[in-house]
Amino acid sequence: MSATRKLDIPKIRQRDEAAKKPYFRSQDDATSQLIDDWQTVAVQKLGEEIRSNRALRVFLDSCVKCGACTDKCHYFLGDGDPLNMPVARQDLIRGVYRRYHTLAGRLFPKLVGAREFTEPLLQDWSAYYYQCSECRRCAVFCPFGIDTAEITMAGRSILDAVGVKQNYIHTVLDNVERVGNNLGMIGPAIADTLAGLEEDVFDETGVNVRFPLDDAGADVLLLVPSADFFAEPHVDGLIGCAKIFHQQGIRWTLSTTASEAANFALFVGDEEKMQTIADRVSAAVRELGVKQVVVGECGHAWRVASSYWPGLIGDGTSTDAGGFDTRHICEFTHELFRKGALRLDQTVHSDKVITFHDSCNVARGSRMGKQPRDIYRMPRELLRAACENFVDMAPDTICEYTFCCGGGGGLLTDELMDVRVSGASPRVNALEAVIANHGVTHMAAICAICKSQFRSVLPHYGLGMDMIVSLHQIVGDAVVLNRQM
Amino acid sequence: MVIEFKGRVYQTDAEGFLVNPDEWSEELAEKMAADDDCELGADHWVAINILRDYYAQYAIAPPIRILIRHMGKQLGREKANSPYLYELFPFGPAKQACRYAGLPKPTGCI
Repeated sequence: MSATRKLDIPKIRQRDEAAKKPYFRSQDDATSQLIDDWQTVAVQKLGEEIRSNRALRVFLDSCVKCGACTDKCHYFLGDGDPLNMPVARQDLIRGVYRRYHTLAGRLFPKLVGAREFTEPLLQDWSAYYYQCSECRRCAVFCPFGIDTAEITMAGRSILDAVGVKQNYIHTVLDNVERVGNNLGMIGPAIADTLAGLEEDVFDETGVNVRFPLDDAGADVLLLVPSADFFAEPHVDGLIGCAKIFHQQGIRWTLSTTASEAANFALFVGDEEKMQTIADRVSAAVRELGVKQVVVGECGHAWRVASSYWPGLIGDGTSTDAGGFDTRHICEFTHELFRKGALRLDQTVHSDKVITFHDSCNVARGSRMGKQPRDIYRMPRELLRAACENFVDMAPDTICEYTFCCGGGGGLLTDELMDVRVSGASPRVNALEAVIANHGVTHMAAICAICKSQFRSVLPHYGLGMDMIVSLHQIVGDAVVLNRQM
Repeated sequence: MVIEFKGRVYQTDAEGFLVNPDEWSEELAEKMAADDDCELGADHWVAINILRDYYAQYAIAPPIRILIRHMGKQLGREKANSPYLYELFPFGPAKQACRYAGLPKPTGCI
């Protein structure tokens, strides 16, 4: 294997009798909670979607079936299922759109690929819109820039409207609504966890690194995915952030009410809920009086913050008129690095060779810094600053061409494990190549979903679950701590 | 899904977690473990009781780090580590220990 070897394109296989589906709300079968007049409601909802989202209509109209996307989806590359080709996934909606919302489709359905919206077709929607992680890799290769993620989001919002609600995403959304974060961790539980982290870091380093919660008057609000309070290696990334703030003498805080960076409403295209979840952040900014919001290692949180917050809770680029400055944690740390303020000791990582997995929502859904490719450059420069041995994976699998981890977009649920394992195979192939050729020992990521996904699936490929690390864990472990503080 | 045990029917979700945590009993935990060919020893029970106490206080399962810390306090340092936890519960603390303890499965980006 060489680091630049071509990706293997699988043979198209026969479709399964029953495609793998997630659990839907308290039912085993996708259609069992289907509302009676589902077809009418679905067609009407699709009409609303194409009227409110002009891009969606353009995407549905403009495909010329050129085939450029067919071998670009990690789920197709993983399992060879023809409906996992992005064009086929789009056509599940496109046929219905033509049949009910175009003149040609109403008059001459057979000539234009229009399809009746039947129950078997709805079954395919409920399977294949949940075998798409909305990662947008296919859109990079489409000559028209058709974004399957937008189509999947529309598909899911229509499924929601007819009563086919995916259990995992809606459990998480309920937790956010009820408690304020994806896990459903109440304030005292967060406080207890942070106190434990302070003890752990003190035991390990002898330095009193603080993890402040609801500290009104702090300069920086760190907004992390709640997994950073809970899971490994996420929590090590949070520890790394705390060490950096400590070294720099920055007054920072976490918030019990804005204790979640993630916004799963994006995954199901629910704009109302997206607004509610984002509102928590602006409320916390006002209450705590912070000047800056730093978004931690959560892929789609950064997509929402950099691409949607300006519309949802104001332009995050200015600090006047009650606005606040918004940064990704990598931008924040990189600025310290660039100024020469960050003191790192590379020797702690001399036994490691690190590679970087660009998280899809960051790499293709947002930006960092002022220059076009800063979003790829900054995380890599930070890793190189902390560890002298850094190697990139094959060029067609990183940066804008990065492969999704296989668990994004609301697929990080155990019943989809087969889909997640096969969907991870393009990334794992690229990882195996740099392990074989360069002795890579760890892969860093900046997304909670990526980290949990790789921890679950790497063992299926005979790789250790500890290979996956947080970027700020690597940087944080190299931080030289000031003992006097 | 349901568990039928001693003439009673217990509702569970699709992954076997009790729908109503109040229905939990030690006997039921042993029955769930027995169905997985797992016999609950003293250390299993230490973990299960930590989970239940934490849940009673915080309405969520503890982070693994905290579970391990509490296990260390009760069982000694040599058992305060993740490999030992996985030795007790090979399917993982969330999927297996929480289920036996009658807690809902922690869900999020984890």
